[in-house]
Amino acid sequence: MRNRFADTFYELGKNDPRLCVVVADISPAGSIAKFRNEFPRRFVNTGVSEQIMIGMTAGMAQRGLKPFAYTIATFTLYRPFEMVRDDLCYQNLPVTIVGIGGGVTYSTLGATHHAQEDVAIASAIPNLSVIAPCDPSEAEAATRWCAAQERGPVYLRLGKAGEPDLSKAAQEPWAFGKLRRLRGGRDVCILSYGPIMKRAFAIAERFEAAGKSAAIVSTHTLKPLDRDGLAEILRAFARVVVIEECAPNGSLAMRVKELAWDAQVTCRIDTFTLKDAFIHCYGGHDDILDAHGLGTAEIAARLGLH
Amino acid sequence: MSDRTTTNVPAARRNSFDAGAARRRCYSYRTRILDISQQVSALHVAPAFSCTEITDVIYNNLMRQEANGEYRDVFLMSKGHGCMIQYVILEEQGILSRQDLDAYCKPNGRLGAHPDYETPGIAASTGSLGHGLGMATGQAYAEKLKNTDVVIYCVLSDGEFQEGSTWEAMMMAANLKLDNLVAFMDFNDFGGLERMSDGHPAFYPLVSKAEAFGWEAVEVDGHDEEAMREAVMSRRGERPMLVVCRTVKGKGVSYMENVAIWHYRSPNKEEYLQGLKELAEAPL
Repeated sequence: MRNRFADTFYELGKNDPRLCVVVADISPAGSIAKFRNEFPRRFVNTGVSEQIMIGMTAGMAQRGLKPFAYTIATFTLYRPFEMVRDDLCYQNLPVTIVGIGGGVTYSTLGATHHAQEDVAIASAIPNLSVIAPCDPSEAEAATRWCAAQERGPVYLRLGKAGEPDLSKAAQEPWAFGKLRRLRGGRDVCILSYGPIMKRAFAIAERFEAAGKSAAIVSTHTLKPLDRDGLAEILRAFARVVVIEECAPNGSLAMRVKELAWDAQVTCRIDTFTLKDAFIHCYGGHDDILDAHGLGTAEIAARLGLH
Repeated sequence: MSDRTTTNVPAARRNSFDAGAARRRCYSYRTRILDISQQVSALHVAPAFSCTEITDVIYNNLMRQEANGEYRDVFLMSKGHGCMIQYVILEEQGILSRQDLDAYCKPNGRLGAHPDYETPGIAASTGSLGHGLGMATGQAYAEKLKNTDVVIYCVLSDGEFQEGSTWEAMMMAANLKLDNLVAFMDFNDFGGLERMSDGHPAFYPLVSKAEAFGWEAVEVDGHDEEAMREAVMSRRGERPMLVVCRTVKGKGVSYMENVAIWHYRSPNKEEYLQGLKELAEAPL
């Protein structure tokens, strides 16, 4: 996902002199390094200084540029939170904040590097759009949209590397603010976003094995949320499942339940989020998800799929 | 004086500094602010009075205007609570209207106690301290990328230099050699609570700190416009510049000067009349 973002940004940046990238001491992946070599003035490294990383992008946007701030997800939002809120969101500037390794991607580094509440926190700030692609091709489409848009700030939450391409077979193109059906189904609809989408596919297989037809929908845009699209799903399906890599407070799960109340639907809703806890455990990304109760087997068991 | 600096200042302005005119302008700005204080209590009079001359010299003797009258250079009020002085200058210049100022902090108005981006003449929303120099750094860098000669003037409080974010900006602006960034520190020595030099003696010295961070820096009397103007125009112009301006918080009104409560307080009727009298009695 990170490399596809870099390739896309490089290609767009070659043709748009307003595109710049401001990083805070993170080694630029693949094509971002190429961008740096070819356009050294449009690549700025602020060092271990995230407040100026965000503050500078605000000033650059005020003077007509289109900057992307880029670092590990926790450090894009948490350290410079007030700069994100006041400099970018209050002033509604078209700056893209790229958070690498959203959720618990950095599985060996401990909770200082886990952006486990990033979607909830970002969604709480007025004017900030929140996008979390599930695979490289969604990351590419989202990057293209971010580079072209003028509406305001965006938090673009990416994984890291090695995510499988899950949306190849999708019938619908990616569109900002719109749900995207990745796979059709009749009995159950699974809502998910970000790299954990691969577990949504695994659970869909379990449903199929149990004789249930499961649809999968990518809720890649968390803000603005496609409320109409979600209400339609809640009305159309007898069972809706949410699987996400975000802490429960402010999660998609919470918002889907709120929408269900508003829409007065009667479907069953099962939600699976990260725990509201710091987990002191290390290993691969999958290990940390498992420790948060998001193992495929555990989800399947809680859904009654044996 | 370097060639670069001379290109940044129009000849007419360079040669026509009028100290008397500057004093008369500052007198009228201060009385206008006192007048407004009788309509709405939510304003920071003393913080505006300490940077009255700083703001005036930037607008009236440093910033260049295009042929159509619009400013070519940029003014960014990082100490957002000092914005009353900027508002009254923008009013005098017709960028804000008298109605705008009359509706200050009122439900039908568009001016609050901190500046709001996209209000005419306002380059950034500020109010929370420690944000302005970062944005000014980004603005100055953008102008470099665009190959313009636009200069960004940024006014900060001395208290803002207690924010770590300000020092991140100090580092970056010097790394990027932003010779088109000129920052003014309103060194009035007062935070909201107390005299800063009492509470934070290790905060000093200031000029050598800025120099150690790679800035050109100088300390001047922040109520002496000619000295500030001369400091900026004679800068070497190879690096960002910090003008440390020694000022008096509440300058011009005796009971406000260097009294911490006047960071927030507005004068009552009696105090207002005394303030007007003192301002009128000062030599013009």
